Amino acid sequence: MSTAQQIPLVSYLHLTPSPHLVANECTSCGARFFDRRNACAGCFQTEFRPVDIPTTGVLKAFTIVAFAAPGVPVPFVAGIVDCGGTSVRGNVINTDPTPEKVSLGMKLRLATYSLGTDDEGVEAIGFGFEPA
Amino acid sequence: MATDDIYILGISMTKFGKHADKDIVDLGAEAAMAALRDGGVSMRDMGILAAGNLMGAGGYGQQLQKQIGQTGIPVYNVSNACATGATALRTAIMAVKSGEVRMGLAVGAEKLAGAGLLGGGGQGKKDSNKWEPKGRYGAVAPTDGRIGTDTMPGTFAQVGMEYGHKYGGVSFELFAKISEKNHAHSTLNPMAAYQKRFTLEEIMGDMMIAYPNTRPMCSANCDGAAAAVVTSGEVLKTLSADQRRRAIKVSASVLTTDPYQEACQILPDVNTLTRNAATIAYEQAGVSPTDLDLVELHDCFATAELVHYDNLMLCPEGGAVDFFMSGAPWRDGKTPVNVSGGLQSKGHPISATGIANIWEICHHLRGEAGDRQIKDAKVGLAHVIGLGSACGVHILERSAA
Repeated sequence: MSTAQQIPLVSYLHLTPSPHLVANECTSCGARFFDRRNACAGCFQTEFRPVDIPTTGVLKAFTIVAFAAPGVPVPFVAGIVDCGGTSVRGNVINTDPTPEKVSLGMKLRLATYSLGTDDEGVEAIGFGFEPA
Repeated sequence: MATDDIYILGISMTKFGKHADKDIVDLGAEAAMAALRDGGVSMRDMGILAAGNLMGAGGYGQQLQKQIGQTGIPVYNVSNACATGATALRTAIMAVKSGEVRMGLAVGAEKLAGAGLLGGGGQGKKDSNKWEPKGRYGAVAPTDGRIGTDTMPGTFAQVGMEYGHKYGGVSFELFAKISEKNHAHSTLNPMAAYQKRFTLEEIMGDMMIAYPNTRPMCSANCDGAAAAVVTSGEVLKTLSADQRRRAIKVSASVLTTDPYQEACQILPDVNTLTRNAATIAYEQAGVSPTDLDLVELHDCFATAELVHYDNLMLCPEGGAVDFFMSGAPWRDGKTPVNVSGGLQSKGHPISATGIANIWEICHHLRGEAGDRQIKDAKVGLAHVIGLGSACGVHILERSAA
């Protein structure tokens, strides 16, 4: 085996062919969701298709969290990124978590990082958004 | 008075703050018995008890009833996030409105002093030794802090910043100024948990919790309870002149949840359900925002107060920053907002909040608010929102009798 086995932090992060997010899109009204669905919250229909979400976007809201639950490293930037009309929740990474470096409207692109390897040698991959 | 109108006959709140020697039943009993006394009635007159408590073990209404009067009436235990108190009140109102009962008692109580950070949990986050997908997102590890934040200060910080992205004009200083207003207002409210005036520099220089919210810009966790007795116009007609004079008309009572909007499952949409509740409330009451003499809105964080100026239509759409900068929401302004000091200084014992803000409005409408009385107040609006989400809006009017 030349490459270690990898698993995404969440199932809507797809690692191949290159890292991107995949939403469940309602085939009836087009609403997009990232979780396992029972029905569409908008129109109550039950059929969905997977759609790839653009990997670039614009930061439309953020906070710099300085105080979090034990075990959560701070500070970090939590944000909402508008990826071509679909809102995505994620951290702004690979930049200083300061108001000088992070601003509303800044352009971002998807980036991944390693969460580490478990006892069976599987590496978990997380995602965030970095300045584009 | 129309026979099917709804009135608050009696209402009370405990002082908010640290009540180390009282439990939630003590606090609720104190508020409930005071509300009954205020209305000149007893537990014997109540046809329903709606009891709100969020953080306790459940069955709160029955525990309370054991202490204040077991008359066998139905108890509805209510839990609806930060809208729990408003939901308890609305439950009692619906029972009276349906004609099933003549009077109802609504109580909300919470012990929250020292609770610390809410949302995201106080529990430590720990990865397991094996990455295994779990839950609706197939997460192999905790996502709080890795995919955004679950904390309340961080969530509501983003709500305020999103408004800034949409309409412009927001800054750390602007949000701090909103907090400066509410802390200044609190100095006149002896029921507030904190009555300290802060300078803008003190607010901005305090401990950062979730930018742009510093500690004084966050709601104060504390203990407290509030209770109200409601009845119908038909019953009120049979009561004494003094009871009729002090009764406050509930011109609108509305509860909503968040309707589906793009992104609402990414960042909670606290806007649409508030706007919907306000729209229905103004319609029910036949009142417009410009008629309001005072507003108590859900300033759980300074960043939240801004968006609700807009959601409650106190300003034109997109005009919340200009509305605030005009001085309108200060107690001597055009539309005084949170003259109680708001959740940031009066405090936020969750389940009590949605009745305590109605107590504040009633206090002014009755002309009993002392030093902080808004002169000749006739109409007021009380708003709460809990994440999940639930929004309560009540419009109250001074009795004509």
